Amino acid sequence: MPIISRDFFVKNIIELIIQSETILPEDTVIALENTWQKESNTVAKSQLSAILKNIEIAREKKHPLCQDTGIFIFNVTIGKNIVIDFDINDAICESLRYATETLPLRPNVVHPLTRENSLDNTGDGLPDITFNLTEGSDFEVFVYPKGAGSENMSRLAMFKPSQNEEIKRFVVETVFAAGGMPCPPIIVGVGIGGSFDIAARLSKKAALRPLDEMNDFEQELCDAVNTLGIGAMGLGGDTTALAVHVNTAHCHTASLPVAVNIQCWANRRAHKKFV
Amino acid sequence: MEHRLTTPLTKEAILKLKAGDILYLTGSVFTARDEAHRHILDALSHHRKLPFGLTGAVIYHCGPLLRKTENSWQVVSAGPTTSERMTQMTPALVENTGIRAIIGKGGMKGIAPLLKGRCVYLAYTGGCAVLAAEGISRVANIHWQNLGMAEAVWEFEVKDFGPLIVGIDSYGVDLYEKVLEKASEALKAIVMASDSK
Repeated sequence: MPIISRDFFVKNIIELIIQSETILPEDTVIALENTWQKESNTVAKSQLSAILKNIEIAREKKHPLCQDTGIFIFNVTIGKNIVIDFDINDAICESLRYATETLPLRPNVVHPLTRENSLDNTGDGLPDITFNLTEGSDFEVFVYPKGAGSENMSRLAMFKPSQNEEIKRFVVETVFAAGGMPCPPIIVGVGIGGSFDIAARLSKKAALRPLDEMNDFEQELCDAVNTLGIGAMGLGGDTTALAVHVNTAHCHTASLPVAVNIQCWANRRAHKKFV
Repeated sequence: MEHRLTTPLTKEAILKLKAGDILYLTGSVFTARDEAHRHILDALSHHRKLPFGLTGAVIYHCGPLLRKTENSWQVVSAGPTTSERMTQMTPALVENTGIRAIIGKGGMKGIAPLLKGRCVYLAYTGGCAVLAAEGISRVANIHWQNLGMAEAVWEFEVKDFGPLIVGIDSYGVDLYEKVLEKASEALKAIVMASDSK
């Protein structure tokens, strides 16, 4: 027996999209408040105040936090005991089209060469939907809208296996090159290992992790990034990155792929556990 | 220092602004991003009159999100976009139109000398789109609507729009450049430490 109807699913995904665009996750709000408290630079402090005020208004008015409502990434966790009698990809696209019109979301999706806008935030390969198959009866959907300002500042390099000292330098150089453009304070996701494409995936996953404790290596990278003093919006300040997260995968003995994905302060994500 | 100014901006008014100052703006601002810049430059190079006057005007690097109501537009979100994309097109705009201020985010590398004595760059907090919408009282006009919602030129009436930080003043002082100079010192130290390992 199917456990969830398509209608119920679509209704909830629309809600989830709206939630992701209008309410910033608690961990990020707390991190921004702590950053505001610690900040010694008055210009940076004024930027952080504006950010906190903006978060408040967006939540109250149910308006998107940022006019760049992003492109959409969906992560679906589905257990082997779950029976679904509809096409999940299709249902997600329908939800996104509906939310685009009603919230509204800015139509951001265009053909890469003709630049023709699809007007409904869907297109070939977008939204990006991945499925994780699990044992048991889980059914959970995660949504991450991703803006271009920070995504455009991301980089990937294929280092020689002997060059692992270069990783820290590459991360800091990427943040330096980005300056104020990705809307700092940022979250830096680093993917190390795998292959060219796996490293990119890992870095995105790392950037989207909850802002929990950093391990020693992550803390070292975060401290190095913050010595740059780029600060909120690149106008100078103590905090350039709220966190640096590193995800790794095994790789070919002859490779060392490293990807750095940058996430702006509007660290939007939401999830719904259906079962 | 904090300032409050009303558009159109005079040269005297912008000469009072120093990098790092805070400004609240009242009057009108024109949104313009990549496509609008291309269109303005195209009109200028063919000596065609623009459908809007830019003397003393304020350009806002913004692709807003609006909701169409029965006979007007409601501004939902209108934060700044990354100014860097407009850097190459900005000299022609500053030299030929009489604009006095550019609002955006992230700064524009190398334009400080161009702005000297005539224009300022103002930073609006990136991502603060609903806060910005609060400062916009109405849509006064839409130009080049065929470019689409994000790329069209929206003439917004604003009231106490800000806080805007003077990122680049009209004396050649660029706050972003100062920050990057310091950052590059810090970067050098990290690179040297990694090279010596």
